[in-house]
Amino acid sequence: MKIIVLVKEVPDTYGDRKLNLETGLADREASEAVIDEISERSLELALSFADANAGTEVAVLTLASEGATATIRKALAMGAGSAIHVSDEALRGADLGLTAETLAAAIRRVGFDLVITGNVSTDGSGGMIPAMLAELLDVPHATGLSSVTISDGAVSGSRPVESGVQQVSANLPAVLSITEALPGARFPNFKGIMAAKKRPLEVLSLSDLGITADNPEAARSIMLTVAEKPPRAAGVKIIDEGDAGDRLADFLVENRLA
Amino acid sequence: MSVAAGTNTSDLLDLDALLSSGELAVRNSVREFVKDKIRPSIAHWYEDAVFPRELAPALGSLGLLGMHLDGYGCASRSAVEYGLACLELEAGDSGLRTFVSVQGSLAMTAIHSFGSEEQKRSWLPGMATGELIGCFALTEPTAGSDPSAMTTFAQADGHNGSGWVLNGAKRWIGLASIADVAVVWAATNDGVRGFLVPAGTEGFTATPIEPKLSMRASIQCDITLDNVRLGPESLLPAARGLRGPFSCLNEARYGIAWGAMGAARDSYEAALAYSLERLQFGKPLAGYQLTQEKLVNMVLEIQKGTLLALQLGRRKDAGTLRPEQISMGKLNNVREAIAIAREARTILGGNGITLDYSPLRHANNLESVRTYEGTDEVHTLILGQHLTGIAAFR
Repeated sequence: MKIIVLVKEVPDTYGDRKLNLETGLADREASEAVIDEISERSLELALSFADANAGTEVAVLTLASEGATATIRKALAMGAGSAIHVSDEALRGADLGLTAETLAAAIRRVGFDLVITGNVSTDGSGGMIPAMLAELLDVPHATGLSSVTISDGAVSGSRPVESGVQQVSANLPAVLSITEALPGARFPNFKGIMAAKKRPLEVLSLSDLGITADNPEAARSIMLTVAEKPPRAAGVKIIDEGDAGDRLADFLVENRLA
Repeated sequence: MSVAAGTNTSDLLDLDALLSSGELAVRNSVREFVKDKIRPSIAHWYEDAVFPRELAPALGSLGLLGMHLDGYGCASRSAVEYGLACLELEAGDSGLRTFVSVQGSLAMTAIHSFGSEEQKRSWLPGMATGELIGCFALTEPTAGSDPSAMTTFAQADGHNGSGWVLNGAKRWIGLASIADVAVVWAATNDGVRGFLVPAGTEGFTATPIEPKLSMRASIQCDITLDNVRLGPESLLPAARGLRGPFSCLNEARYGIAWGAMGAARDSYEAALAYSLERLQFGKPLAGYQLTQEKLVNMVLEIQKGTLLALQLGRRKDAGTLRPEQISMGKLNNVREAIAIAREARTILGGNGITLDYSPLRHANNLESVRTYEGTDEVHTLILGQHLTGIAAFR
């Protein structure tokens, strides 16, 4: 079985995250770049399956700027057998549509039985890519699973929804997206770090994939303006002079919090 | 999972730029391991005097046990990579770095350097995975800095062909009570020799030394050897004289020069973070000149000490490292680390005496670190002898 895991490089979730106000994009200099935790969980799912099923091929696919090599090597050190790095200046600030189109083209080029991805990234938080990929690849999509069983020709699992838990399954090939309920990743061990240096890492540009970033026919979302979140204003202090309860209630009503 | 953001303020000189991407990957992997597996529990292990035995297989699967050795399941990493791993581990706790040193630098190195092929095959792979634990018994109740005064004696056993009978006592032996094998050094009629004593051998008893005010997340033991009968296969064939155990000690001392800087860095980072949050007289402690001087002095020594350790590592990888250079690293870096940990505690005020903060725990641990593998005094005399050509040990 061939599994492709989508791995996204994001600004450290625990560090300061900033927008570059000129470009409107995340300021990747502001904090350390790391593998998105949900991507690590996706990779762990693929690797545990590969551990138990000889002959499983796990490839990671990353769409990121040139500097993301260390992140990709880490995924290889964890145990992925190969990596595809799609990198192209024209992808800077790519919207969800272009991102999905590019990823789908890379996935099709490599070939797959199963694509595993996180349900939503910690930086962009679009949450649309898995569904878009399934549509573009014309395969079923098992979304937002909190537990997963992969078997020879199918994938199944449970999806928590507001009113309960749904049991879902899909025949392969398919796209599967997971939630943070899945186990965290293994640590890359020293043997893995050494082995990672020798594992194939293919770098592809948009022209390799036959995609035009500024295709006038394609619908694209364009960011027109960007503003930083305003600094937090000073709070309202209520000093109890016997009427604090009333004033608190008034405050909540005024701010539509009651 | 993320990498601790601390290095941006503690790595003023950009020492990271002196490391290869492979070295950084090893460092980051250990740093994440410490963050996930050690930090959340270390205060409780320390308070309850627990050595987390279950961590050994996890350390083994990462490749940390005997990581600088070749073959037999060991990770064959460079000296610099081993040093970086020690630094990150000791930023977690000296007790856990000590376990890795005892297992890898002392016990496994002794077997790897001086053992027979059969001894290597039967012990090293299990020790590399952390399934088996080893200890290294050199120090005695009355022979610390002067191991040549050891009284433990191995008598060739007339009843047992070419076997041996060991009698004596050892003290301050890390992990002995849970070890599967002890490397025991003993005097013989033919000078000091090393022996592999499997756990459970009749006459071998290891008792943890308690209570301790330092290294509480680690185990140190008294060992008694009471007519311990061993077959000829237990002798380490290639070690003769104190040169054998001393070469293992040099391995451990090398790791300590790095490790101490980890404890220092963690203490500094705790103090920096606290001083930025703690308000007194209406402004953060970090805004006071006296605090800034403390923080600056800490960073200066951490950077110098790390650079020193890195130079030792580069020389070790090149095969040119001299024993007096290791003494320089061990003496300087542990001495500075304990001063930094104590200074960091002062910034934390009263809160610094609780286990909620690491500096006092590090300072207490470093009391052991500055004592074992050669005290400040011993390393000073080694360096004094090197400078003057005059041995002042006696």
